[in-house]
Amino acid sequence: MTYLARRLAHGLLLVLAVSLLSFAFARLAPGDYYSELRSDPRISGSTIEGLRQHAGLRGSWPAQYAAWAASLARGDFGYSLAYQGPVAPILWQRARATLLLTGTATFFAWMLALPLGVWNAVERGTWKDTAARAALAVLIFVPDVLLALLFLLLAVRTGWFPTGGMRSAGSESLGGTRPAADIAWHLALPAAVLVLGMLPVLVRHVRSSMAGSLDAPFGQAARAQGISLRRRLFHHLLPAALNPLIALAGISLGTLLSASLLVEVVMGWPGLGPLFLDAVMARDGAVVLAVVMLSAMFLVLGNLLADLLLYAVDPRIRLK
Amino acid sequence: MTALRPTRILLSLWLLGLLHAAVLLAGFVAPYPYAEQHREYPYAPPSRVHWWDAEGHFHARPFVYGLAPDAASGGYREDPAQLYPIRFLVRAGSREAGPLDFPRRLFGVDAPGVLFLLGSDGYGRDVFSRLLYGGQVSLLTGILAAALSLSLGLAIGTAAGFFGGWLDTVLMRGGELVMALPWLYLLLAVRALLPLNISTVQAFLLLIAIIGGVGWVRPSRLVRGVVLAARESGFVEAARGFGAGDGYLIRRHILPTTLPVVWTQASVLIPQYILAEVALSFLGLGVGQPVPSWGNMLAEARQYHALLNYPWLLAPGLAAVPILLGYLALADALSEGTSG
Repeated sequence: MTYLARRLAHGLLLVLAVSLLSFAFARLAPGDYYSELRSDPRISGSTIEGLRQHAGLRGSWPAQYAAWAASLARGDFGYSLAYQGPVAPILWQRARATLLLTGTATFFAWMLALPLGVWNAVERGTWKDTAARAALAVLIFVPDVLLALLFLLLAVRTGWFPTGGMRSAGSESLGGTRPAADIAWHLALPAAVLVLGMLPVLVRHVRSSMAGSLDAPFGQAARAQGISLRRRLFHHLLPAALNPLIALAGISLGTLLSASLLVEVVMGWPGLGPLFLDAVMARDGAVVLAVVMLSAMFLVLGNLLADLLLYAVDPRIRLK
Repeated sequence: MTALRPTRILLSLWLLGLLHAAVLLAGFVAPYPYAEQHREYPYAPPSRVHWWDAEGHFHARPFVYGLAPDAASGGYREDPAQLYPIRFLVRAGSREAGPLDFPRRLFGVDAPGVLFLLGSDGYGRDVFSRLLYGGQVSLLTGILAAALSLSLGLAIGTAAGFFGGWLDTVLMRGGELVMALPWLYLLLAVRALLPLNISTVQAFLLLIAIIGGVGWVRPSRLVRGVVLAARESGFVEAARGFGAGDGYLIRRHILPTTLPVVWTQASVLIPQYILAEVALSFLGLGVGQPVPSWGNMLAEARQYHALLNYPWLLAPGLAAVPILLGYLALADALSEGTSG
């Protein structure tokens, strides 16, 4: 248990440090939301100062940080000047969309990568392995942006898939499972881009991890006892090979969220990515900070989850 | 496979050398300067290069036909009456020529004719030429940012690994903080701190500073590992026993052992940073028009109508493919020796 407690404390400290640093940097930055107003001759300097005062952009740094941290703790995530309201409602809605997209993509990527990687490991050294690896390697060389644009082109050309958004107009008022099906239909292409982006790396790791346990003495022993290949693979070898893969899932979360940001922007998926980009462009500091904090929390939570899984899967950690 | 390793390294170096030379010599290889507009030919499709003319006569010198607007399709059709042979080492028109441009171009066609190997964009600018010039920005950003990251990583990793103690703790904890954000979110957040409307040169330097400055953590961890091992090795102990100081030890004994890691990391980081530049410029936070980069060129293909009707605007994305292939093949071959 101390292992998990230590990981949890570490994660909390990390989030706290990120909040302090990002807040300090945001205050150091030249210009804010109101500096854009200064170019408007109808708004006087004193009005802008008044607005700043009102928005809490004046006052000592510790006081500002305390106010912001309190707002974080309350779950408001600050006050957006561009949206004229607390950030939280917009943020949660966008975060749900991003989680839905990345979660779906992760699920399908692993469902494809595990059998593919296992199969590659069994066939390693044969032409089948080489061919499969070459086919996947091609995917590594294609930038995510290009992949997303190509899928968008497919959607525009064929009309089989929607070209953006998360729901069709008015779909929410439909009964039964229709709204969910509509979302799934919108989800298909962005998720496919993310899956294709992740797949080569995942398959490569599954393959090398499985190859290791196929060659290990216990793998050879299981084979000598005449246990069938399928049973050996999925009951004996895969669980033993799982450890580095769980760690990989935790580590690759940052890459996944980054790829998701691009895909969301290109394909018009209403997730955190477009929200963040718009906030950066509009100098809406509260939203920028909120998204930064949330993405840090996602990463920390994801890594904690991976630690938890490792703890459940690997008895050696429990003894440490 | 080990016997093939030098061959693979050499092959990928040749591929990369060729691609980089073409991009570096854009002022010679590209038929037009990057900003030269042919307003009468917006969104022209890639020029078709012919060897046989309409009457079936063979021409030893390939040629393109003149373009005429086609009312029926809203695009262009070839005009068989105008025939422009492709000439080599043509004298460049003085229009819009920049400091990096050569007095002669590798190939081109005579003035009223146009040669758009990869089509033209909305201002009638040659996509092929812009792709080569844009490569200068994208590749240079990748290489310089990687150099920055590696220098920082080398300095920080060596300091942390060699001196250990509280310095090690502080530096590695700092690295964890940087890694606590997804990298694209981090890049955007750092970019958000800085003014949005800046000149092209400033934007270019800023990109290098941001991308390179954010990426030191992974190389520094790898360097630290190597340094830790080297510090305890026999030859370092021996040198210390002979009275070698810290500076001498680091310079003569520690740094040379980190070189394999540094080269492998360079081949991994450069393509990653090229993609980072593409992503940032694509999102409108990098180098701006009229200076091309692969990212801001791809951004033009984002509108549905452009994507649907002028798919050749995707060419800059495809240009990244052989570059990535070269670097990743190099990284693969290099790391094979170090990690077994």
